[in-house]
Amino acid sequence: MKELMSGNMAIARGAYEAGVTVGVGYPGTPSTEVLENFARYPGVYAQWSPNEKVALEVGIGASLGGARVLVTMKHVGVNVAADPLFTLSYTGVNGGLVLLSADDPGMHSSQNEQDNRYYALMSKIPCLEPSDSQEAKDMVARALEISEQFDTPVMLRTTTRVSHSQSMVQTAQRSVPEIKEYQKNPSKFVMTPANARGRRVQVEERMEKLRRYSETCSLNTIHWGEKEVGIITSGISYQYVREAAPRASVLKLGLTNPLPENLIKNFAAQVSRLVVVEELEPFLETQIKALGIKVMGKDILPGIGELNPQIIARALKKAGIPVSERYRDAGPLPVDDAAPETPPRPPVLCAGCPHRATFHVLRKLKLTVTGDIGCYTLGSMPPLSAMDTCVCMGAGVGMAHGMALANPSMQNKAVAVIGDSTFLHSGVTGLMDVVYNGGSATVIIMDNRTTAMTGHQEHPATGRTLMGQPAPEVDLEALARSLGVKRVQVVDPLDIARFEQVVKEETAAHEPSVIIARHPCALLNKERQQPVTVDAELCIGCKLCLKLGCPAISGSGGVVEISAIQCSGCGLCASVCKQGAIKKGGQKDA
Amino acid sequence: MLKPFDVMLVGVGGQGTILATKILARAARKKGYDIKVSEIKGMAQRGGSVVTQLRLAQEVHSPLVAEGGADVVLAFEKLEALRWLSYLKPEGTIIINNQAINPVPVLTGAAAYPEGVLEYIGGRVHNTKVVKALDIALNCGNPRTANVVLLGVLAKHMPIEREIWEQALEEVVPDRFLEVNKSAFAAGYGI
Ligand SMILES: Cc1ncc(C[n+]2csc(CCOP(=O)(O)OP(=O)(O)O)c2C)c(N)n1
Repeated sequence: MKELMSGNMAIARGAYEAGVTVGVGYPGTPSTEVLENFARYPGVYAQWSPNEKVALEVGIGASLGGARVLVTMKHVGVNVAADPLFTLSYTGVNGGLVLLSADDPGMHSSQNEQDNRYYALMSKIPCLEPSDSQEAKDMVARALEISEQFDTPVMLRTTTRVSHSQSMVQTAQRSVPEIKEYQKNPSKFVMTPANARGRRVQVEERMEKLRRYSETCSLNTIHWGEKEVGIITSGISYQYVREAAPRASVLKLGLTNPLPENLIKNFAAQVSRLVVVEELEPFLETQIKALGIKVMGKDILPGIGELNPQIIARALKKAGIPVSERYRDAGPLPVDDAAPETPPRPPVLCAGCPHRATFHVLRKLKLTVTGDIGCYTLGSMPPLSAMDTCVCMGAGVGMAHGMALANPSMQNKAVAVIGDSTFLHSGVTGLMDVVYNGGSATVIIMDNRTTAMTGHQEHPATGRTLMGQPAPEVDLEALARSLGVKRVQVVDPLDIARFEQVVKEETAAHEPSVIIARHPCALLNKERQQPVTVDAELCIGCKLCLKLGCPAISGSGGVVEISAIQCSGCGLCASVCKQGAIKKGGQKDA
Repeated sequence: MLKPFDVMLVGVGGQGTILATKILARAARKKGYDIKVSEIKGMAQRGGSVVTQLRLAQEVHSPLVAEGGADVVLAFEKLEALRWLSYLKPEGTIIINNQAINPVPVLTGAAAYPEGVLEYIGGRVHNTKVVKALDIALNCGNPRTANVVLLGVLAKHMPIEREIWEQALEEVVPDRFLEVNKSAFAAGYGI
């Protein structure tokens, strides 16, 4: 049967069909839906781990235990999982192991863009790049076969446009191979220096075998067109190239590490001009140039952000290469002077989001806030503008400590904010550091009881698993105390008077403290409260409530308006209003 | 040979573009089209602008609609119509829901919601259709079906027969909402 599937759904399907029985990951756009979809198939086990390193380690164990395994994460997740990855390359696998790295060129939802094909190169593992959903599905099975045949983990590298675009997929029956027997083998699995030296050599031998395999494997294909121009490409860029230059000959690389050197040389020899079209880094280009082949690439194409058929057509045309009629005149449309100004529409914290209350108080107290990644990163934007930094998951805690080290006067001014999922991902060690090294940072865990940013995934403190089973909840208070934090307070940030009091107390204290700002995500809260109402007689148009940046509140004229459809009834604006002009709706409706 | 057809659905998170996309994709497949859909989710749920690109043809390669390449832009919101106007083919059709949703910079007074959006677009695009989808949906009994009203308007401009649309609607919309969505679709189609 043929079905319309996103790349992510197709990867889940591919894993199911190929008999993967263990799926592990940590959420992160654009990878998240893979595991969510996989978990819905019968006869599989899927779990979220607290972070990507743990996820890969669980995956390694499952592979040694003999199962076929899929481990999923976004590109920056591989940074976190890099430590086990590089040595997993030495140990190899038992059951096939595929690591999905979902890259995000253009940074649709990421703090950076990185080309994770370099991880494959550096850790010396094969890398497969699908260009649509069908390939995404098929390549999971291929990756597992390669993994088992060559005794190596395999990276399946997608990008946002492959992960999130939908195209037709032919599905098939599932077939599950026998669980492989685990055999104790210290020289393979115990990477002491002596054993690792042995494996190190085998890694090179494996790469050599893979290089030969890549020359003839069906993952790399040539689409012969006119011979004046040859294009070498991979992933989504292949689809763009077919549109932009439909008559060119195309060498499509599905296996991009290691590269098929002879195939490339032969292709190059048969075309007059050669172009490499790839998103982000000149990964293929650099290696092809190292073969002594003359090729165009990043000299005509951007290395920043996403490509598309127009960008490619424009670049090819400039280089004198024929492009599709459709894109021949492609260029930015002329700017029309009469066009009304188009204000941006940035994402915002939802109406009723408890993070808004937290940031309102932090802004009021003029604190320096080292922040982190999650929905709450939106608190850095106007009008709240209450977060000073965002580097990577978990970074804010260590940074608050570091700021105070540099400048003791910041001690009572810098606080860290971190989400509950992020705290468990990589904030715990930061907090341990503060305590151990005698810091006095205040860490606010913005505990909305979910991983909201990526679409409400469960985590170890929510009491549920990915497969919907009840689970023990991490007790965040007890966890903080066990690290040696003596001052731990739990408070509802929407009780802003009390929350402000607590923040003042804890930032004044000369020892580490943790404030757990606990209120469930507004989108999880099924029983909505009645919307608030504005008493037009009392509203003086001071616009204090507008500084909350709530999408339900507007006020171009004198009196503010609150949209009854948007308002969740959280009452934050009512607490902020000094005139008592905003009234809470009263009883909950059913 | 099926006529290639590119559509963009633009709006604001929460306006129901996802359901509209599903129905459209289903109808296109029933018609025999190859189809690719590109939907960037990311922070969509948080009130950002949402763009869905659908490409229909005998065989589709790129999932992206080119600037100046959309046969129809279906805008669920006026400002978004303006934002994505450059994606419309010169001879294409733009369908605009006559609804304004203020982005936060406007709510807080940091920016102004543009005046005269409909006039500007109407003055440049011959095939501009303005639809009061919310009012029509309310008349049909549920304001949440404004998305399906708009889909009905779009359907009229696409090379896919009405029966196919209706089958797609039945297959995608859950039973208990089917009646109201059918009347919303019919109301849009009849415009
Ligand atoms: C290493 C890494 N993995 C995953 C992500 C994607 N990601 C960003 S924030 C986040 C978790 C957010 O959850 P939480 O901390 O609970 O905050 P919330 O969004 O609920 O406010 C995730 C999964 C990332 N940026 N980096």
